[in-house]
Amino acid sequence: MATKQRPSAVGKAADYLDQRTTIGVLVKELARKVFPDHWSFMLGEIALFSFVVLIASGFFLTMFFEPSMALVRFEGDYPPSMQGQLMSAAFSSTVDMSFEVRGGLLMRQIHHWSALIFIGSIVLHMFRIFFTGAFRKPREINWLVGLTMLILALAAGFTGYSLPDDVLSGNGLRIIDGVVKSIPVIGSYMSFLVFGSEFPGSHIIPRLFTLHIFVIPGILIALIALHLFLMVLQKHTQYPGGGRTDKNVVGYPALPVYVAKMTGNFFIIAGVLTLMGGTMAINNIWNYGPYDPAPVSAGTQPDWYILFVDGALRLMPGPGWEWVIGGYTLSMNILIPAVVVPGILFTILFAWPFLEARVTGDHREHHVLDRPRNRPVRTGIGVALFVAFLVCALAATNDIIATHFSLSIFAITWVLRVLLFVGPVFAFFVTKRVCLGLQRKDRELVLHGHESGRIVRFANGEYVEVHTPLDPQEVWLRTQHTSPRPLEIRPATDARGVRRQGYRSDRRWQRLSEFFYEDRVEPARPAELAAAHSHGEHDEIEARTPAAVGPGTAGQGTSGPRTAGPRTSGEGAAGPGEEPR
Amino acid sequence: MSENQNNPADTSHEVTVTPEAGTAVGHPERFPDPGVPDHKHRLTDTDPRAAKRAERTVTILFVLSILGTVGSIVAYVMVPPDGTTSGVRLSTLLLGLCLAVSLLGIGIAGIHWAKSLMGDKEMVQERHPLATNEEDRAIAVQDLNEGLADSGVVGRRGVLKGAFFGALALFPLAIAVPLIGSVGGDWNVSKFKHTMWKNGTRLAIDPSGRPIKAADVTVGSVFHVIPETTEEFRSTHEWINEKSKAVVLMVRLNPEDLRTDQSPEGETWSHEGIVAYSKICTHVGCPVALYEQQTHHLLCPCHQSTFDIADSAKVVFGPANRRLPQLPITVDDEGYLVAQDDFAEPIGPSFWERLK
Ligand code: HEM
Ligand code: FES
Repeated sequence: MATKQRPSAVGKAADYLDQRTTIGVLVKELARKVFPDHWSFMLGEIALFSFVVLIASGFFLTMFFEPSMALVRFEGDYPPSMQGQLMSAAFSSTVDMSFEVRGGLLMRQIHHWSALIFIGSIVLHMFRIFFTGAFRKPREINWLVGLTMLILALAAGFTGYSLPDDVLSGNGLRIIDGVVKSIPVIGSYMSFLVFGSEFPGSHIIPRLFTLHIFVIPGILIALIALHLFLMVLQKHTQYPGGGRTDKNVVGYPALPVYVAKMTGNFFIIAGVLTLMGGTMAINNIWNYGPYDPAPVSAGTQPDWYILFVDGALRLMPGPGWEWVIGGYTLSMNILIPAVVVPGILFTILFAWPFLEARVTGDHREHHVLDRPRNRPVRTGIGVALFVAFLVCALAATNDIIATHFSLSIFAITWVLRVLLFVGPVFAFFVTKRVCLGLQRKDRELVLHGHESGRIVRFANGEYVEVHTPLDPQEVWLRTQHTSPRPLEIRPATDARGVRRQGYRSDRRWQRLSEFFYEDRVEPARPAELAAAHSHGEHDEIEARTPAAVGPGTAGQGTSGPRTAGPRTSGEGAAGPGEEPR
Repeated sequence: MSENQNNPADTSHEVTVTPEAGTAVGHPERFPDPGVPDHKHRLTDTDPRAAKRAERTVTILFVLSILGTVGSIVAYVMVPPDGTTSGVRLSTLLLGLCLAVSLLGIGIAGIHWAKSLMGDKEMVQERHPLATNEEDRAIAVQDLNEGLADSGVVGRRGVLKGAFFGALALFPLAIAVPLIGSVGGDWNVSKFKHTMWKNGTRLAIDPSGRPIKAADVTVGSVFHVIPETTEEFRSTHEWINEKSKAVVLMVRLNPEDLRTDQSPEGETWSHEGIVAYSKICTHVGCPVALYEQQTHHLLCPCHQSTFDIADSAKVVFGPANRRLPQLPITVDDEGYLVAQDDFAEPIGPSFWERLK
């Protein structure tokens, strides 16, 4: 490495660059920047790295794929069943790529698996952000950027799925065409806009290709850069814990630990995706055959991220939902599941950070994450959305469930229809209850300690379990949060009895706020802990075993295992005592 | 605990964020932040032998990665895909496994290195408020104002302003108009309402194109039908577009099983129990292809809309709203099944102008 007299090669290169770019400032800023560590922060990373794998494997595919709908007769040797069949160049080049290019099938399969994992990790990442409140000020913009990327990722997935021009993807496009046509007023023209003629025409594959390899990834790359720039600028959030506040960031420095771990993670994720691509067959298009408008095979499902729309389409009852208004046809049976439902879903998601800030009356910066239990209504709504998503996705497999378990498809559909409405409501209330219960449990633990499993017998013959007090780290974890309360608003009339303008709107917000924060549990406070040792439910025990340890009095307890721990001092010094209950 | 017994703070619900703020009787509002937990040393920090071992493991993993890469090149040369499905599978498997070893080797080595040998002491850094400080903000606002004033846009010169924004807003039209004008082809959406069936078109088998004689259609049999055309036409794009609308499913029922069909008063659209219905689902357009002999139900595999062929193909279940349009058929002089006319209504999914 570097000798004392002469700068190293790296040093020279750095100097060369710095003299021309002031890059030293940037390096100084970034090199030892601290990043908090948690397994759930990996989800965003998985999304990022599977995107990199997508780009790399996708580049390989573009070298051999022919984005053309020109009709050709298949001339390859394999598979023999296809000899002489008429098909599009897109389909035939995909088959050739699989059978004749070494590593071609591997790259196709890696690419497809990466797409599934990419979108999966984005969705889980989004749930992580949602449940921990990482979208709160100042990160609302990043939430919006993220959602936009989710939509683009779905678009990337769908456009890619359609490229090989096989029977399955062609039918997928046909369904899209049907949905597009249902759009009021402009639907028919939109269909022509997409296909360049009637379905399927001869333009759609080249058009999708341009979107898939140029437009969508281009925007995604720009947005990912913005996403990560904002993340670095605002510094990552951290989970609550000792020493973590809204004014600091606790973690490991970018150099070397974070960079090493990220590089390692990238290679591991790329390795796992390669393993999947090498061992798990996916989308064997030569089994489906080239697109033909007549055949279709039952029991085939779209890629998982489309399942929920497909399922919603299946659950919607048809008869009675196509309305003719003034001679024009409005297909609510298609619009509701395919346009209105996803529309509502994404509207809720886009609006959420602003809605929540409004009902919480919250304008502060947040850098310490929420524990999901401490926001019961938010967590409940998140779980409810997830359940609705699952029911819809399940509905997309109703034919498979039916044949697999020999059930009637009508019965399954009806059960799922009911479940779509009942399930999320049920999930909401259960989750909310569980969250509140966990908060009470937190209080309980702080005030009374952990059950030690050790039973102690009193002089009078009564048995009592010994409770171990929590260490200060754990006390802090369970009490550091604040429990928001419903908004307070100015009264409807002023001092002179004049009705105030804007009261009604204030009141509406207040109602919503009450829905969020009416049921609440206060974190335990030191005074309560002190009280718990002296009276209340402990009266009886206290009466017999007057463990007179005042707050702030550090030190040993009085007598043996029945000692009440000196747990309440303002300094937070906790002794190693144990507390009987 | 005398202090606690008369502690009124018990019933207080006020939450403050300042942990320092004590109550009147000496209890703070919150428990104190205990600070960052003590650093725990790893084995590799204290035991040089363990550190040495970790170093060796990392090295071995990197070597494994190199072997993986070498292996993939060997696999590339030695196991070319022979074109058969199993040959392709084998080549894919070997290339995939070797590449995975080469990637995972690097990845696991890196993580192990970071976890066991790199510093693992947590560091604390300050956050700074994201908003610019007052001073800089004032300067920024002033700069903006000066810039605006310099440009002369503010206040005066309404016409100039109008022209400026007008020009900016309009120029994209010069690109958008030709693009949008051409991107939809001929924009002739009335094509949705017609198919290539017309009076006298023979019903032919898909995909062979062989016309069908009524006598060859036994009771209970199902035919996937296309309009008869030339072989040549069937190798063009126009054919695929036409086929997308014209495909028909034909079934022969026992005439007594056929309760109703869609024939209007005074017309017969079926022929001795043979009925032909559009195969394009009225939901969102999948080909409806699953026919159940016993129930005469026709099921769409996409979202399970179910149509009753014995009863005018009306919807008995699922998300479709309308029955499948019927193709009026009869037989010609030579005994071949032929269409009487095009469908009486547009086939396939609904669209805004469907009934216009
Ligand atoms: C293309 C897809 C995406 C990629 C590649 C991506 C990548 C990342 C990465 C690497 C991080 C830092 C690590 C972490 O916290 O997980 C991050 C943070 C973040 N992401 Fe994403 N993300 C994507 C989509 C989304 C979506 C869909 C949302 C929400 C709707 C979102 C919202 C956020 C927010 C708010 C942060 C800051 C988190 C914090 O500081 O705690 N991202 N993203
Ligand atoms: S397309 Fe036939 S049920 Fe949806």
